[in-house]
Amino acid sequence: MAAIFSGAPPQSGPGYSFTQTPKAVPSGERQHGFYPYTDNGGSTLGISGADFTILAGDTRSTSGYNINTRYAPKLFKIGGEGPDNKGARIVLSVVGFAADGDALKERLDTIVKMYKYQHGKPMSVTACAQRLSHILYNKRFFPYYVHAILGGLDEEGKGALYSYDPVGSYEREQCRAAGAASSLIMPFLDNQVNFKNMYMPGSGTGHELKAKEAGPLPQDHVEDLVRDAFTSAVERHIEVGDGLQMMIINREGIHETYTALKRD
Amino acid sequence: MAGFDFSNHNRNAALHAQGVPLPKATSTGTTIVGCLFDGGVVIAADTRATSGPIVADKNCEKLHYIAPQIWCAGAGTAADTEFTTAIISSNLELHSLSTGRKPRVVTCMTLLKQHLFRYQGHIGAYLVVAGVDPTGCHLFTVHAHGSTDKLPYVTMGSGSLAAMSVFETQWKRNMARDDAVKLCADAIQAGIWNDLGSGSNVDVAVITEEKTTLMRNHITPNVRVPKQRNYRFEKGTTAVLNEKVITREEVSKYVTVHELQDDSVTATAETMDVDS
Repeated sequence: MAAIFSGAPPQSGPGYSFTQTPKAVPSGERQHGFYPYTDNGGSTLGISGADFTILAGDTRSTSGYNINTRYAPKLFKIGGEGPDNKGARIVLSVVGFAADGDALKERLDTIVKMYKYQHGKPMSVTACAQRLSHILYNKRFFPYYVHAILGGLDEEGKGALYSYDPVGSYEREQCRAAGAASSLIMPFLDNQVNFKNMYMPGSGTGHELKAKEAGPLPQDHVEDLVRDAFTSAVERHIEVGDGLQMMIINREGIHETYTALKRD
Repeated sequence: MAGFDFSNHNRNAALHAQGVPLPKATSTGTTIVGCLFDGGVVIAADTRATSGPIVADKNCEKLHYIAPQIWCAGAGTAADTEFTTAIISSNLELHSLSTGRKPRVVTCMTLLKQHLFRYQGHIGAYLVVAGVDPTGCHLFTVHAHGSTDKLPYVTMGSGSLAAMSVFETQWKRNMARDDAVKLCADAIQAGIWNDLGSGSNVDVAVITEEKTTLMRNHITPNVRVPKQRNYRFEKGTTAVLNEKVITREEVSKYVTVHELQDDSVTATAETMDVDS
């Protein structure tokens, strides 16, 4: 007769929604708990090139130490025609609270589609990026609990990538990692995409040393970096795994790929 | 001085009251199992150690030696499982030396539960104790608060439910050795795939009257795929702001200097387990 404590429970694991039933406090009054947010884990990343943008995300959805599903996409096509977003040129990735991510995607997709009906032309990524910021800030005091990354091609056909915090602060960047393993992936990207902490060998001594200059990377190179970032994150983060979904946006449109990741 | 040192307790309590959180211990959020079979007992464990959501060790050992014919699988706080098994192993050896008999599994289990009960659950060790002694084959679980179970098949840790589901569907009485090993390995794998606290490889230990067989990394279903790119930095990539040359003569005043066989061979005192 023992099994009250079956091993090690998650110590500071993510919170759960609706698990707190009304409780009596010492004073005798009933206190209600309402926790509408859950962390569903996972990670996403985006890198932009000269004439393309790549967005990627793992497909695992978690709660605590459990796996909800091994295939829950975090990448969504925005705009285009019909429910399959035919001909779309914008991709949104969301990580954090999956239900809010879905709601946000649904809202942005509707707005981008409505824009085309009303103006007779597809929405530019620049406009879409600012609209997304407004959607997020509109819920400033009950935020969408997500870290969003928006990708596409700008008016000049160059790769465009925008990243957001949960309340709408946004910035155009070369690369960004978000979600559970962002602290593992982002330093790797800083080094390999923006060549941070790298210098030209033999270009000087001490402070005279010239920093290695970053420029747009070729597509196959970026794809390899994305794969390596995720296979490494899977090794060291328990909430990342199962599958890697990638969307490559270029002149031709959106090309989607899926690669298996470790399932442990 | 024997026992634990509590001299920092008052300071830590004051810090805690000011909102300083407790340091995070490495936890073996784990799947461990055990199963009796005809003529022996088998225990198994996964090899992932975690610290929050981060994998601290991809291939740690959760099967601990107690006595030649008594082994222990541990879940919970890594340091606690490590040190409790070590101290009980030591006490049990002294006991068997003084009695001149082989140590018994019940003795081991009793020492463990009494040690853990004294610390009221603060020592976070959750153990599966298995072994063969002159009285037969035995399998127990010991919880951090000191309670114990004696059962033909047991599971513990965060993956215990996944592992138990395998036992509850496949377990049979009086199994053969190989069937028991397979069943335990399958139970661990249920934890590896379905519990995020468990992962990597399967370790198995089989204890019979004759001998103990430790099968370290019995199954390795999570080998890392090769990286797409080579991340070697060209020599001179990292900035050097300051240089100081210390001569061999100067160093040899303080340490012994050995000549290397070959310039291309780098000196290594101890090798670390790393990805290629």
